[in-house]
Amino acid sequence: MKAKAVSAPYLVWMAIFIIVPMLLVAYFAFTDSSGAFTLDNLARVGQYSNVFLRSIWLGALSTAISLLIGYPVAYIISHSSLKRQSVLIMLVMLPMWMNFLLRTYAWMTLLEDSGLINNLLAAAGLPRLHMINTQGAVVVGMVYDYIPFMILPLYSVMSKLDPSVVEAAQDLGADGKRVFLRVTLPLSMPGVISGITMVFVPSVSTFIISKMLGGGGNLMIGDLIDMQFLGSAYNPNLGSAISLVLMVLILICMGIMNEFDDGEAQGGGMML
Amino acid sequence: MGENPIISLQNIGVSFDGEAVLNHLNLNIRDGEFVTLLGPSGCGKTTTLRIIGGFVRPDEGDVFFNGKRITDLPPHKREVNTIFQKYALFPHLNVYENVAFGMRIHKKSEKEIRKTVHEMLEMVSLSGFERRSVHRLSGGQQQRVAIARALANDPKVLLLDEPLGALDLKLRKDMQVELKRIQQTTGITFIFVTHDQEEALSMSDTVVVMDKGFIQQIGTPQDIYNEPQNAFVADFIGESNILDGVMHEDYLCEFAGRRFPCVDKGFAPHESVDVVIRPEDIDVMPPSEEYLTGTVTNVTFKGVHYEIIVDVKGFKWMIQSTDYQEEGALIGLRIQPDEIHIMKKSEYSGTFGDYSTFSDEMEEDLASSEEVEREE
Repeated sequence: MKAKAVSAPYLVWMAIFIIVPMLLVAYFAFTDSSGAFTLDNLARVGQYSNVFLRSIWLGALSTAISLLIGYPVAYIISHSSLKRQSVLIMLVMLPMWMNFLLRTYAWMTLLEDSGLINNLLAAAGLPRLHMINTQGAVVVGMVYDYIPFMILPLYSVMSKLDPSVVEAAQDLGADGKRVFLRVTLPLSMPGVISGITMVFVPSVSTFIISKMLGGGGNLMIGDLIDMQFLGSAYNPNLGSAISLVLMVLILICMGIMNEFDDGEAQGGGMML
Repeated sequence: MGENPIISLQNIGVSFDGEAVLNHLNLNIRDGEFVTLLGPSGCGKTTTLRIIGGFVRPDEGDVFFNGKRITDLPPHKREVNTIFQKYALFPHLNVYENVAFGMRIHKKSEKEIRKTVHEMLEMVSLSGFERRSVHRLSGGQQQRVAIARALANDPKVLLLDEPLGALDLKLRKDMQVELKRIQQTTGITFIFVTHDQEEALSMSDTVVVMDKGFIQQIGTPQDIYNEPQNAFVADFIGESNILDGVMHEDYLCEFAGRRFPCVDKGFAPHESVDVVIRPEDIDVMPPSEEYLTGTVTNVTFKGVHYEIIVDVKGFKWMIQSTDYQEEGALIGLRIQPDEIHIMKKSEYSGTFGDYSTFSDEMEEDLASSEEVEREE
C-alpha cells in the first residue's frame, strides 16, 4: 500500500504527459478539421511513402555508421585506465553540452560550397566537393549528433564485462579474434541493442538536421510532421496520422531488434 | 610421478608499480604432482600461478614447460588450463557450451565434443545439466562446470586459483575430496593456490609456503608441519609455541630456563635458535620439579580437545589436551625430546611470540580476512 501511495504522483505525471498526449495524437489522426471520424488522414500517409523510406534508410545508415565508429571507441575507452576512462567519457559527452542547433549550424559552415573544408581543399590545390544539401551531409550530421548515445550504452556494458571471462577464453585456447567473436561481442550485445535503439529512433524522426544540412530535397518524416503543424501545409490531423504511423513503424523495428537480441543471448556461441 | 619437472620457474622476479611481488623465485613441479602454493594474501601465490598461465609476464627469469622455454608464449598457446577464483563461466552459454568451448576452439568434431562433454559432466556429477543456463547453478555447481570446462581441454597442468574460497565449509570439504579424486584418476598435475593451511595439508603431495614474494619452504605436508624451516612457517601452519633458545651442543638445547635433550643436531655450539613445540605434543602432568610448571589462565572447548593457555614464568603456552583443566590450576608440562623442533634464527624470529596476545592475534585474523574480501 505504501509503495502504491508513493508512486501515485508519478502515475499522475505519466498520465498527464505521456498517456493523454498519445491519446490526443490518436484522436487527431482519426478525425478531420471539424472533429468528425475519418480514415482519410491515414490513407493520405501512403502518398508520403518515399519520405518514410528515405527516413528509415538514412536513419539506418546513420545508426550503422555510429555503431561501426562507436563500438571500437567504447572498447578502447573501457580498456583504458580508470582515470583516462572518465576523461574520455567526458570528451564523448562534451558536444552534448553545446546547443544542438549550434552544432548543426557549425556543420553547415564546414560543409558549404564555400565552407571551411572546401576552402582547405582549394588551398591544397584539390577540386572542391559539393557536400551541403546532400543525403551524405544529413548522415554526417546525424552521426555527429547521436553517436554519444551509441558510445555510452556500449561503454557501460563493456566496462562491466568481467575480465576473468576473457582470460578464461584465452586460457581455453582462443586467440584475440576468437575471444572477440565468441565472448566479447556476444556479451556486449545488450549495449549494441540499446545503442542502436537510442540512435535509430531520433535519427528516423529528426527534422532540423535534414532541413539544415539536406536542403529542400531530402525531406524526412520529421520535416513532414513539422510542416503539418507549423509550416505552410498546416494540417494537424494529417501530422498526427503521420506521427502515429511512424510510431508503429519504430515499434515494429524495435520488436525485430529485441527478437534478434534474445536469439543472440541463447545461441550466440553456436551460431559463430 | 615423473622425475623431470613439467613446469620449471627459474629466478622469477615481478614487481607491480615498483613494488616487488616475487623475488628470485625458483620452483620445479614434477609431472603428476599435486602442488599447493600456500601463503597469506599478498604473498605472491596468485601471481606465481598467473605467470604459469601466461597472464603475467615476469620482469626477470624464465618459465619452462617440459624443458621448453614458454616465458613469451601467450595464454592460448599454453598446454595449461586454469580454474579461476570466481569460476569465470561464460554467462551467454549454457553448461554444455561452456564445457565444449575449448574443444570448439580446437575444432574438434561434433561427435567427439558430445562424448567428452558427457564424460566430463559425469565426472563432476552434473549429468543432465547440459541445457541449464549457468545463472541457474549454485556456487558449487558452477565450480564443477569450471572444472569440467578446464579438464575437457585435456590439459597437462591444471591451475587452480583459490577455487574453493567462495564455498561454504561443508561443500568445501566435499570438493577437496572430489578434486583430490579427479587429480588421482586423471593423473594431471595440479597447481593449487590457497591461504587455507588445512586445505593445503590435506590435499597436496607438495606444499610451497610463500610469504612476501619469497618461498619460505617446500616440502611434503608432513615436512612442513613437523619440520618448519622458520618461525613464519611454524606459525602459519597450525598452532605453535615458538621460544627463544640456545643449542648448546648436538642433542642438547635450552629454553624457558631449562636444558632439554632433543633430536636435532648440526648447529654451532651455543647458537641462538628458535624452538617450536606443537600444542598437541605437550603432556599435562602433576606439577613437579621435573617439568616446567605454570598456571592455567584460559580454557576453551574446541570439540575434539581443550585449548589450554598456561602461564609459565610470564610466557603463555598453548596446550591441546583432551583432558579438562581447571582455570587457575598449577600443572606440569612434559616435553619429550622428539617433540622439540629446532629452527635457525630468521627475519621472522621474535615476530611470533607466545599466546599472551591472544586477542591481538584475533584482530590480525580479522584484518587478513577483510583483506581477502577486498581482493575479491
